[in-house]
Amino acid sequence: MSTTTAPEAPVTHKEVQHIPSATIRFAGDSGDGMQLTGEQFTRTSALLGNDVSTFPDYPAEIRAPIGTLAGVSGFQVHFSSTDIFTPGDSLDALVVMNPAALKTNLTDLRKGGILIANVDNFEKRDNEMAGYEGNPLDSEVLEHTYQLFKVPMTKIVRESLKDTGMSQKEIDRCKNFFALGLVYWLYGRDMDATIRFLQQKFATKPEIIEANTKALRAGWNYGETTDAFASTFQIDKAKLPAGTYKNISGNVALAYGLMTAAKLSNKDLFLGSYPITPASDILHELSKFKNYGVRTFQAEDEIAAICSAIGAAYGGHMSITTSSGPGIALKGEAIGLALMLELPLLIINIQRGGPSTGLPTKTEQADLFQAICGRNGEAPVPVVACRSPADCFDVAQEAWRIAARFMTPVLLLSDGYIANGSEPWLIPDVTTLPKIEIKHPGPIENGEKFLPYKRDELLARPWALPGTKGLMHRIGGLEKQDVTGNVNYEPANHQHMVNTRAKKVENVALEIPLQEVEGPANGDLLVLSWGGTYGACKTAVEACLEQGLSVAHCHLRWMNPFPRNLEKILRSYKKVLIPELNLGQLRMFIRAKYLIDAQGLNKVQGKPFAVQEVINEIRKQLGLSSNGQPGREGTGAAVAALAGAGDSAG
Amino acid sequence: MSTATPAPAPLTAADFASDQDVRWCPGCGDYSILAQMKKVMPQLGIPRENIVFVSGIGCSSRFPYYMNTYGMHSIHGRAPAIATGLKSVRPDLQVWVITGDGDGLSIGGNHFIHTIRRNVDLRVIMFNNRIYGLTKGQYSPTSPLGKVTKSSPLGAIDNPLNPLSVAIGCEATFVARSIDVNIKHLGEVLKRAAEHKGTAFVEIYQNCNIFNDGAWEYASAKATKADTTIELEHGKPLIFGKNKDKGIRLNGTEPEIVELGKGINPDDLLFHDEKSPEPTLAYLLSRMRHPEFPEPIGVFRDVVAPQYDVELNRQIESARAKKGEGDLNALFNSGETWTVA
Ligand SMILES: Cc1ncc(C[n+]2csc(CCOP(=O)(O)OP(=O)(O)O)c2C)c(N)n1
Ligand code: SF4
Ligand SMILES: [Mg+2]
Repeated sequence: MSTTTAPEAPVTHKEVQHIPSATIRFAGDSGDGMQLTGEQFTRTSALLGNDVSTFPDYPAEIRAPIGTLAGVSGFQVHFSSTDIFTPGDSLDALVVMNPAALKTNLTDLRKGGILIANVDNFEKRDNEMAGYEGNPLDSEVLEHTYQLFKVPMTKIVRESLKDTGMSQKEIDRCKNFFALGLVYWLYGRDMDATIRFLQQKFATKPEIIEANTKALRAGWNYGETTDAFASTFQIDKAKLPAGTYKNISGNVALAYGLMTAAKLSNKDLFLGSYPITPASDILHELSKFKNYGVRTFQAEDEIAAICSAIGAAYGGHMSITTSSGPGIALKGEAIGLALMLELPLLIINIQRGGPSTGLPTKTEQADLFQAICGRNGEAPVPVVACRSPADCFDVAQEAWRIAARFMTPVLLLSDGYIANGSEPWLIPDVTTLPKIEIKHPGPIENGEKFLPYKRDELLARPWALPGTKGLMHRIGGLEKQDVTGNVNYEPANHQHMVNTRAKKVENVALEIPLQEVEGPANGDLLVLSWGGTYGACKTAVEACLEQGLSVAHCHLRWMNPFPRNLEKILRSYKKVLIPELNLGQLRMFIRAKYLIDAQGLNKVQGKPFAVQEVINEIRKQLGLSSNGQPGREGTGAAVAALAGAGDSAG
Repeated sequence: MSTATPAPAPLTAADFASDQDVRWCPGCGDYSILAQMKKVMPQLGIPRENIVFVSGIGCSSRFPYYMNTYGMHSIHGRAPAIATGLKSVRPDLQVWVITGDGDGLSIGGNHFIHTIRRNVDLRVIMFNNRIYGLTKGQYSPTSPLGKVTKSSPLGAIDNPLNPLSVAIGCEATFVARSIDVNIKHLGEVLKRAAEHKGTAFVEIYQNCNIFNDGAWEYASAKATKADTTIELEHGKPLIFGKNKDKGIRLNGTEPEIVELGKGINPDDLLFHDEKSPEPTLAYLLSRMRHPEFPEPIGVFRDVVAPQYDVELNRQIESARAKKGEGDLNALFNSGETWTVA
């Protein structure tokens, strides 16, 4: 255990302004190392004690042509001295490494925000690649709308590293650390954590450690010594609940949660998976933990992936399969098999923009219909959704607890935004987490017949394991007689079995917590949300409550079945608003199930909601005027001309 | 304690019969395969509870319901994948996959080849009737060119797959062929397959007397089989014919039929070597097709290679031995953390 206490901020001699929070974004070419830069900034801020929330955003192409709009990669960090739940709407500072990054990200920068540009990459050709006629940095509009800093990053880095003996190409690769150093200076962050990271990561390559450390310091010094910047900012520690924290991404939290669930149920974990963005990181993460008894199987396709997991579940393991929408589509038939077999299994969907291949690296929550309905026949499965990176840890355990208790596949929904985003995670003590009790029937020695579909009070059947004497039995996808499990095609039996499987899934509602609401227990408007929109909806409702509006927030974890008290909650408000990153999928279920005229706020742009968008819709629903532009400050037509209108890779 | 438990009575074929009525068409070749399987099982000395049959969909895939072992009748083509997961976590079980020519080579072709290349310790038994039985008679990936069926009224125009060639192409470590009605031979082949470590693939010529009756007549009929099939024996020359007077000789890289006597000795013939590390010979044998050649039956190949399931578990054990059993609290608190008081 290596606990690091918050490092002291480095000493600046310039004026320091205290601010509660800031949102910044690093944007550059895919090859510019923006993801690493953003991750480093996040880590350092978390270690400093800020609450953090991140939004990495990168193109689907590994290396789109250099300098093109399609190749822009960005990493947004919101860091704060108070509790935060989103990566921030508009940017206080934007670092752009080239003209394409400027073009695709500028609209997100607030009026008066800080714009730092690597001026050396704004040569004629670079500008043309991004579709600019002249040099956009020469534009007066930029100068007047933002605090523009044109920094010769490439030149300075080349100068400071000229004696390292490295090639120009290698030297140029260090310029992201210059940018990082400069932003560290701007926000009073210590460089130690990043230097430590370099020392660990490149332990065998001292020249790389030295070069990047030099570039980092050069960036810091540039801020401190040039006249360009007049002051720096300080953001104090957030008052988080006591405990030890770690910054964690959704996919890692999910992997940890799954391993924890296995441990708590005294099982080894089996993962059958086929690589797909944005789910692959769960496979990568779990593959590391062999000494925790985690077996990972990289299958030949998604069908084999889930089928192998079904086989492992039959064998008695905690079994899971991970994918994204297109892969889940392939798994459909096997999910139906698992629910007919009544074996416990977790099917994890890290949603991305669809349909088809869609937007592989962008977020969306449009697979809810698929999760709840996407199989042939009457095929109900419990569906649960994560709301934030750290929440994935808890949801993984709850999903497994339900799967094992009810002998059913459970679909777990996350999304690209949660998966790749990160936030501080209060590290639990695993020994204090509630155990997940699982029983397997013991051997039968007296020749009595084993009844594989004899159910308990909640309608779960026994999980009999091969290798157990006297329990030999056959299961399959054909309709079967209740109790005996023998193949049976009788009309009344089928009706009974369909009803029973449906009732079993409904019974899950008896084992999940009652729904809670934040805000008044009744009033004018309820915002009902699910999944990754939690942060935006919560923050928006809190803001509206502060403005004295009669509004509350209800965030669902269980999408099927709904909590028992949901209808009562919905009926306690005059209106229900359901913001979703789809065309109204939860809204359809709510309307169908409760005959409630819920309204939607729907967006499918591969991006999360901005808080302001939700606030505006709440006000609109309440008949009030909106109090800001959705997502960003109005920066006028002149700026719009400099920004990519709608074709943003960000 | 001193009470000596009496040794349990040895199991019989009947002990392996489940209580379910067998529902294949009367006269179907599947009956014979089921009978041989039940006969072989007691000879393996494995308790019934440690045996699992996993199947896909098709007439043949109903098989697990009729065995008094553990079993799963799954979905079309996917049995090898399910069995791979099962065997990966339960190396103590003996796992059999029952599949058909459509199930294994058409919809399940992908799992078939990948299971074989991984050499998972499974016995994959393909009931090849050269037709889709359960869906009532469409042509299958093993139906010959020109085959007239409901879905190919003018004759099939897709070139068939040869199951053994596919398996050998994937470097299967055990490959064999037998015939439903050749019960003694079938029993021996199944037993050999059971004893193999790694994926054991067996193609069984199976007659579907309803939709493709007589597809294997040439190979099963008493009158012709001596001339149309050739029984492979390890280390022995390839001799066939009613009077054992014909043999297979290599002419360059091509097999040819020769008559023994007239200056040709058994020593001049191709000798079977199921242990050959290279799959070349097995492949060559798999290409011998009726009517040009007698079709080999028996074990084509039986070699040892690393098994996926064993290696997977070895990695787990060696990681545990090297790093100790994982400690989640230690993992979570490792790396960069900070404390809020
Ligand atoms: C996903 C899916 N597609 C199609 C079918 C229909 N189907 C069932 S069995 C079968 C073919 C079976 O042929 P084969 O594997 O040769 O088995 P046989 O009946 O001949 O033993 C087909 C197409 C199905 N059950 N599932
Ligand atoms: S249709 Fe053919 S393969 Fe199927 S049970 Fe009848 S005879 Fe056997
Ligand atoms: Mg067939």
